[in-house]
Amino acid sequence: MATPAEVLQASDQQQVGAGAKGHGVRLTVRIRRFNPEVSQDSWWDEFEVEADPLERLVEVLHQIKWHLDGTLTFRRSCAHGICGSDAMLINGRNALACKVLVADVGSRVTIEPIRGLAVLKDLIVDMEPFFDGYRSVLPYLINDSGEPEAERLQSSEERARFDDTTKCILCAACTTSCPIFWGDAGYVGPAAIVNAHRFIFDSRDEGARERLKILSEKTGVFRCRTTFNCTDACPRGIEVTKAIQEVKRSILFDRF
Amino acid sequence: MVTTHTYDALVVGGGGAGMRAAIELSERVRTAVISKLYPTRSHTGAAQGGVCAALGNVEEDYPEWHAFDTVKGGDYLVDQPAAQLMTEEAVQAIYQLERWGLPFNRTPEGKIDQRRFGGHTANHGERAVKRACYAADRTGHMILQTLYQQCVKRDVRFFNEFYCLDLLRDGDGRTAGIVAYELSNGELHVFRAKSVVFATGGYGRMFRVTSNAHALTGDGPAVVWRRGIPLEDMEMFQFHPTGLAKLGVLLSEAARGEGGIVLNKDGERFMERYAPTIKDLAPRDLVSRAIYQEIKEGRGAGPKGDWAYLDISHLDPKVIEEKLPDITEFARIYLKVEPTKEPVPIQPTAHYAMGGIPTDTDGRVVVGPDETPVPGLYAAGECACVSVHGANRLGTNSLLDLVVFGRRAGDDAARFAREADLADAPEAPATATIDLLDAFLTRETGDNAADIRKELQDNMFDLAFVVRSEESLAKMQEILHGLRERYDRVAITDKGSVYNTELMETVELGFLLDCAESLVVSARARTESRGGHYREDHPLRDDANWLKHTLATRQPGGSITLEFKPVKMGPYVPMERKY
Repeated sequence: MATPAEVLQASDQQQVGAGAKGHGVRLTVRIRRFNPEVSQDSWWDEFEVEADPLERLVEVLHQIKWHLDGTLTFRRSCAHGICGSDAMLINGRNALACKVLVADVGSRVTIEPIRGLAVLKDLIVDMEPFFDGYRSVLPYLINDSGEPEAERLQSSEERARFDDTTKCILCAACTTSCPIFWGDAGYVGPAAIVNAHRFIFDSRDEGARERLKILSEKTGVFRCRTTFNCTDACPRGIEVTKAIQEVKRSILFDRF
Repeated sequence: MVTTHTYDALVVGGGGAGMRAAIELSERVRTAVISKLYPTRSHTGAAQGGVCAALGNVEEDYPEWHAFDTVKGGDYLVDQPAAQLMTEEAVQAIYQLERWGLPFNRTPEGKIDQRRFGGHTANHGERAVKRACYAADRTGHMILQTLYQQCVKRDVRFFNEFYCLDLLRDGDGRTAGIVAYELSNGELHVFRAKSVVFATGGYGRMFRVTSNAHALTGDGPAVVWRRGIPLEDMEMFQFHPTGLAKLGVLLSEAARGEGGIVLNKDGERFMERYAPTIKDLAPRDLVSRAIYQEIKEGRGAGPKGDWAYLDISHLDPKVIEEKLPDITEFARIYLKVEPTKEPVPIQPTAHYAMGGIPTDTDGRVVVGPDETPVPGLYAAGECACVSVHGANRLGTNSLLDLVVFGRRAGDDAARFAREADLADAPEAPATATIDLLDAFLTRETGDNAADIRKELQDNMFDLAFVVRSEESLAKMQEILHGLRERYDRVAITDKGSVYNTELMETVELGFLLDCAESLVVSARARTESRGGHYREDHPLRDDANWLKHTLATRQPGGSITLEFKPVKMGPYVPMERKY
């Protein structure tokens, strides 16, 4: 029987084609495990794999799950950074496992669940509190001024004003990198504020006053201590801290 | 333990079509959405380039031109009245999305901006036309977010990370509900309802190189197929020409809409030879086949000579940054290539299923050549076959399909749920599902599901991809037979109840095998070439014999029978497809 490493190497080579053959690197993957049906305590497992440097980490996790340990559990879907399923703590930083390549992590990588949300199994956390925060900021267009027959007009400049925050994929990488969120689950967190920002600064929206009121409360924007963890963590490159600051400024200086 | 819920209507799938249907339903009847993913994880979000409608914001355009392009693009296997309806409703559907807040790019006057896209032309093929409404190269993301926002606003009831594993029908064949598996704790749920809308997306994961998410395993088509519902035109699968080499990640056709070109290893813009009028903006099936021809004639790029290049390096960097930011990032991250400076290696990638669950234009599932509706059963989006895409879908028409027919299916499912009585669920409705799962949970040793999946994907890529033949399809059918036998012996290591994704991946593999079998049997029967279905042993379109839809049905013993139904014609007479 082939060793796990041989299996991995063979499948990698078939997957990535001839260009990468013979360039597999050895990688130690250390994963924090948790399974409430096995133990109430988490533990660490280490897997030795051989992988192509351009392989995505999420596919390395698949190779482990498919050939070494079928119980390894994580969320994933699109595998190219669009669906937001596979946010993880990778070598101490939040990232999407499908946007980190083997070449990016060296010979050893440590993978843990994102922080601040209850771990349910291995790398899967309870997303409900995260989505509760999102829903609390009225994340939909509010406009009661009647509907035009065709589209509402909006200039390119007006659209550009909130373009950055439309990119959010709700992966929770920002919120679960925030030390304030770790300490206080009541804080709505960066992602919720990003999604409020997306509407507050949309020229077609009329709900800013309501959202700013919600975000001025003690669970809102003023919990932010501008550590910039969120901005560093965002896999979509959103300037999260800047968006939070703009919302703070609106509460303080704008008359709504 | 099995929990029973009762609703008026269910939607299975939380992507674009499912949420669009749910918006329509939830305002009128008690509705639940059953989704194996959190809705915002759905693959609608990966659609990039745009959604077409003849708004005429940038240049002259009419729904009728759009309908013609859709029919011709689909190689005349499109049901023409459905295409006419879709392209007419397109205009209001786009305005609706805008009013719900979708942040479209804008013209200098502040209207929704539009750009060119493959196969979309002015005045019946004269020249490329600007018809695709877009939000950078993340139009699908914006549609998915906007629809989810509207669901949050309406407080739509979602059951997230619930897998639909069975369809329930009463003795008369009426729809009675579904059985679902709750991923977080392994419990089974019977959802009873008067109407059920399937909107589970595609099944591209049966191929090794695909733009599709891991989740796209054909759950909806397979679940209804196992309950005797036929699948239509399964042989019609779209291979998108510009997948990122090796990975299959999609590089939007918008790249070509903005002026990008496809090159062979010699740097030649070979589409000038294959489609002299619209060149790189020819429909996807033609470009994919052209790439294959280049490869076959020794002009393929890359270490194995099986790639081509997509070149956008001559475009204004501002255009790339503003209109194509995501695909540029994909090339940088995954291939370490700088698209503003060098061409990006590409290869055709399995992208979209034109076939699926047969429906009429109200989303009602219809069976047999005479199109008998199944009371209470609906389908919309990629898992459905209306058929508006025929043998080859035009770029942007998938997003349009899901908003137009998601709405129509939701509308009629609501009407039905108000008028009908709740059908009786069969006795012990979860028995079949319990048997299915117990087989994997109790078997201690056996075959590895991942090996079977890999062999499925590799062989489908080699034998049933852009180029097919009797020989390759017969071989694939034989291979599928063997894979099926091994699948019935699969053992898994995770026997737990909490987030048992190994169990669900194994069930999904069974769904993929069902979809692959129906695809291969249908493809083997169709002895012609049309749209995405190219047979090198029958390289020409054969309207005399094959201007008809395929209906594949699984018989109780597992064998597959084929029937055919005529294409619904309209004003457009089939002609040779030149661009």
